[in-house]
Amino acid sequence: MSKDSIPQSTAALAASFEEEPSQASVATLPGGMTALKPFGWAKNNLFNTRANTVLTLVCFAILWFAVPPVVNWVLLNAVWLGTSDECRAAAGACWSIIAVKHRLIFFGTYPYEEQWRPFLACALFVAMLGVSGVRAFWRPWLVGAWALVLVAMGVLMWGGVLGLTHVANDKWGGLPITLMLSVFSITLAFPLSILLALGRQSSLPAIRSLCVGFIELMRGVPLVSVLFMASVMFPLFLPEGVTIDKLLRALAGLTLFTAAYLAEAVRGGLQAIPKGQSEAADALGLGYWQKTMLIILPQALRMVIPPIVNQFISCFKDTSLVTIVGLYDLLTAATVATTDPEWRPFFAEVYVFAGLMFWIFCFSMSRYSQWLERMANRYNRR
Amino acid sequence: MSENAVIELRKVGKWYNSYHALRDVSLTIKKGEKVVVCGPSGSGKSTMIRCINRLEAHQTGHIIVNGTELTDDVKSVEKVRKQVGMVFQNFNLFPHLTVLQNLTLAPIWVRGMAKSEIEEIAMMYLRRVRIPDQAHKFPGQLSGGQQQRVAIARALCMRPEIMLFDEPTSALDPEMVKEVLDVMIELADEGMTMVCVTHEMGFARSVADSIIFMAEGTIIESGSPAQFFENPKSERTRQFLGQILEH
Repeated sequence: MSKDSIPQSTAALAASFEEEPSQASVATLPGGMTALKPFGWAKNNLFNTRANTVLTLVCFAILWFAVPPVVNWVLLNAVWLGTSDECRAAAGACWSIIAVKHRLIFFGTYPYEEQWRPFLACALFVAMLGVSGVRAFWRPWLVGAWALVLVAMGVLMWGGVLGLTHVANDKWGGLPITLMLSVFSITLAFPLSILLALGRQSSLPAIRSLCVGFIELMRGVPLVSVLFMASVMFPLFLPEGVTIDKLLRALAGLTLFTAAYLAEAVRGGLQAIPKGQSEAADALGLGYWQKTMLIILPQALRMVIPPIVNQFISCFKDTSLVTIVGLYDLLTAATVATTDPEWRPFFAEVYVFAGLMFWIFCFSMSRYSQWLERMANRYNRR
Repeated sequence: MSENAVIELRKVGKWYNSYHALRDVSLTIKKGEKVVVCGPSGSGKSTMIRCINRLEAHQTGHIIVNGTELTDDVKSVEKVRKQVGMVFQNFNLFPHLTVLQNLTLAPIWVRGMAKSEIEEIAMMYLRRVRIPDQAHKFPGQLSGGQQQRVAIARALCMRPEIMLFDEPTSALDPEMVKEVLDVMIELADEGMTMVCVTHEMGFARSVADSIIFMAEGTIIESGSPAQFFENPKSERTRQFLGQILEH
């Protein structure tokens, strides 16, 4: 049902119940669409019953008390580019802390003069993510483009070649950490989760119990402890002299954790596919992997796009927990930005800003998944 | 193995846990023969037909299809499935693929055929089942009868030597039964070896070379349609025929 048809059907309903008054309030727009004039609309939808009238009044009261203070704080009384002293004098938000501290929030402890490098890396990364979402670009060259971009990002972030100074990755921080951790762990966790979900349904007991054991272990433990294990315990099991980078260890922890949850979402899809699909594929002589890749997964994954994206979003936000193992993600960098004594009173603004950054990425994912869902389920339309 | 037999079942037994679904079923089907299997529900007729391409595995006895004995060996199963097409009660078309893609998928991936080549063949089969104009629609956009005809064309695209039909008209609205049966009769006229589980006694009478009546997991009676309908040997068969032919 399209959005346009909702007011239309409401209007039709209203018209059928009480002919005269609502007829007057229905205006016919060109193209056969109908819209109600504001007054008539309010009468039909907000004040049509006693209960609705009460609800409407309660809502208006809440808005009346809540909206003006928020608008005053965020916009009208806010200080945009002033000093910290001006901020202290003002009643509104102090957005100038963002102007002053944004480099620290975005790039953490990365050397100040070199911060154009993580900026460029992030810009490339986000642009590539955008490109990858467009269906017309789903061509083999996209894989090559990704390889190039990843190499370019590595060069920009690490340096040490092309005259760029070397920056060790314990100096990295802020947005690049959040973006890379989340995108890489999602990218790695997704195929792993499919294997886990398939393994959980395997007829081979060894594979099945291994997958069930892994999933239940990961789901039964908080992410913080998984990260802690990956960071502190894991190196103890490695032979002397072998070290794995802290960032990589956190990535592994986050990936395994996300994969366990994703696997359960994928399993939901697998179980929703009728047995007849598998039998038809068998009868046609398709092998297990052909059947899985061509028949079962394409249908199963389409069905579970909402819970999968839910998990992606969750993973994106979970990256803020890597602070526990001493990594400098966006939220940690924001916290550090609030420790400056001069700007200390204005931590709320910094958190609002960091929250906004998270929201932009999560909301984009959410919107994209809605498009993906519509496109993927075209075949269900009659 | 007896002369000309393409399907041979020897004392086949099958259990679902403690439930004895097939009891010593023995059966020989010759090349080009059309066999209709009927019987009350739960008689094991679907189980038997599904054992022939190993959608179900039998536990005792032997099943030999076109010279290949079905065993736990994946190779034997693959070999048999390449030669045996199957049509299901619920069509089981792949809903995310177009009609044409449904037809060409297995020939491309299993037989390694070129896409252009198999698409031509697929269109030929779609013409034969009289729905070439639906080639680019999705199965969900077709009626039940059309879907079942697509399913038959899909099985035929693999160029099988044997076709198995598992109650192909049971899920159809009555007015669509005929269009599917017509396609099956044409196929029978071309000399295809067919094993068909069905309650369409008209079809059985006009097409079948032999009719098998099953109950409680065993073959009670088998014979030509004339003998089966006019002069059934067992009391159980007479009772069944009385029930389904009464109306």
